[in-house]
Amino acid sequence: MGSNSLHVLKGINFSVEEGELVAIMGSSGSGKSTLLNILGMLDVLDEGSYTLDGVPIKNLNETKAAQYRNKFLGFVFQSFNLINYKSAMENVALPLYYQKVGRKERQEKALKYLEQVGLREWADHLPSELSGGQKQRVAIARAMAAEPKVLLADEPTGALDSTTSYEVMDLIQKINDAGNTILIVTHEPDIADMCKRIVHLKDGVIVEDKKITQVRASQYV
Amino acid sequence: MLNRDRWREILEVLTTNWFRTVLTAFGVFWGILILIILLAAGKGLENGIRANFGSIATNTVFMWSQSTSMEYKGLPKGRRFNFKLEDVTAIRREVGNLRFVSPRNQLGGFNGANNVVRGIKTGAFNVYGDYPDIINQDPMSITSGRFINHLDIDEKRKVAIIGEGVRSSLYEMGEEVVGTYIKIQGVNFTVIGTYKKNSNNGNAEEAQKEIYVPFTSFAQAFNQGDNVGWMAITAKDGSSITQLKEQVFEVVRENRKIHPQDLRAIGHFDLYEEFSRVVSLFGAMRWIAYFVGILVLLSGVIGVSNIMLIVVKERTKEIGIRRALGEDPWSIRLQILMESVFLTIISGMAGISFGALVIYLINYVLDANGPVEMFANPSVSLGVVLIALLILIISGLLAGFIPAQSAIKVRPIEALRAE
Repeated sequence: MGSNSLHVLKGINFSVEEGELVAIMGSSGSGKSTLLNILGMLDVLDEGSYTLDGVPIKNLNETKAAQYRNKFLGFVFQSFNLINYKSAMENVALPLYYQKVGRKERQEKALKYLEQVGLREWADHLPSELSGGQKQRVAIARAMAAEPKVLLADEPTGALDSTTSYEVMDLIQKINDAGNTILIVTHEPDIADMCKRIVHLKDGVIVEDKKITQVRASQYV
Repeated sequence: MLNRDRWREILEVLTTNWFRTVLTAFGVFWGILILIILLAAGKGLENGIRANFGSIATNTVFMWSQSTSMEYKGLPKGRRFNFKLEDVTAIRREVGNLRFVSPRNQLGGFNGANNVVRGIKTGAFNVYGDYPDIINQDPMSITSGRFINHLDIDEKRKVAIIGEGVRSSLYEMGEEVVGTYIKIQGVNFTVIGTYKKNSNNGNAEEAQKEIYVPFTSFAQAFNQGDNVGWMAITAKDGSSITQLKEQVFEVVRENRKIHPQDLRAIGHFDLYEEFSRVVSLFGAMRWIAYFVGILVLLSGVIGVSNIMLIVVKERTKEIGIRRALGEDPWSIRLQILMESVFLTIISGMAGISFGALVIYLINYVLDANGPVEMFANPSVSLGVVLIALLILIISGLLAGFIPAQSAIKVRPIEALRAE
């Protein structure tokens, strides 16, 4: 946290429609993670505006930001970020817990989402007992559990081998097919090709923003 | 606030590193143990000293006459005078809130000549002329027969109650005492009872060698007229004799024609004042116990705070995840505070329990080996335990406060980056 300021994003203007599956690409240092963090309300913007589902996101205190994150956003991280002393089901139920959903309903919902990612039988397992792909699927189930407006994935396949990556992408595509808006940060072209739109960032500006024909991941699985 | 998930998490965090948790808990355990034992020891000393005061009514002042030191109403200074029975009635009439006013006359005394004879045995004893009330001010247990009653007073019966010490010097072992006669300075008295005093301080031996006879019979037999040697005056519970004694003295000065400013004419011993002085000493001891105990506890609390800081540091990433998932910062703060309070209370309760065990063992040893001078029945009351619990909760909150702040000060993005 140096005192020197560094402009990472230098004038980015783009909007995402409901139901889109957008890949944000760029080499490291291009500002793609910063963009995602701002979209995820984990980081704050210095200038400009950000509107999510018609709600201007600005001047948030931590409590408010936490509420918005919980209600609007689902996160999927490269390193899965599961809480390692909680079982798969408890991990998935976590966002619902913060919404103060009752215990029973929480568990039912968590099981439902685990079922969707095909891990119902693994509900009672700890993250340490799951493979990388399974962990990421639990993380996706967790991101979906709160039924967010947008799913933000930061290199979701970065720590996975290609077969597992395609499995995860297959899952993400299915979730998108169900009408969910998803943003994926990636530097792998094959992963980006499985999205419906690619945004290229370079040195903090958008150099390319194109709609593409989606490559279905299911053909590789 | 206190649901199952929170408890699971608290237990999870505290059991991940047992050794560390136990070491941390030991600091608090030790602090509260010291506090409890110090308080119990203070209480033991207090009980011991209170027992030394015996069951003597402590709200009592003893007064006797000396010589006047000022001229008054034409009477010279240096005049000797005696209290009279009418003073007793006047005190009873004019001073409120008094429980007992017992006049007393006395024969014999320390190192006195032999004054009591029975057959061929003789002895030197204190002989008191008393009213029945005195048994409430200077309690004794009647071991056989009875104490003086009002009929004895009214009919001036020549009866006597003797101490166990008197009995052993004037009687054979196992001899029947009640109904026999003893001769006190040439006057025969019927023995109607024996007593034993429970005090265990220096004059325990002396206290068993006294003879009580009715005040009126004493006055008649030994030519005291209506003179009163001294008085034992006890105030009612709830009012202090130290405040009432001046009124009593005023009444007596008025009656005996003593100058109102003559402070030396009436001698007195204020048991309550002495007792209060000792009681305030107990208060000071309690403060010292709290002071030392809390300081020791404080170092334990700092240990807890330290460990909680480390726990927060270790869990930075987890906290970041949880905040990314939308957990309220207050909820995180609460979690850390609860972990800290929980750890403090658990270890504190262990300290209290262990302290109780130590106290129990001390009591057990004391019971087994008989009483010890100035120390009896160390204990802590439920109130003290509740205070200790309150101290624990407050210190747990204090210990958790800084770590909880540091937990939410980290921005979620930085917490997520932590590895």
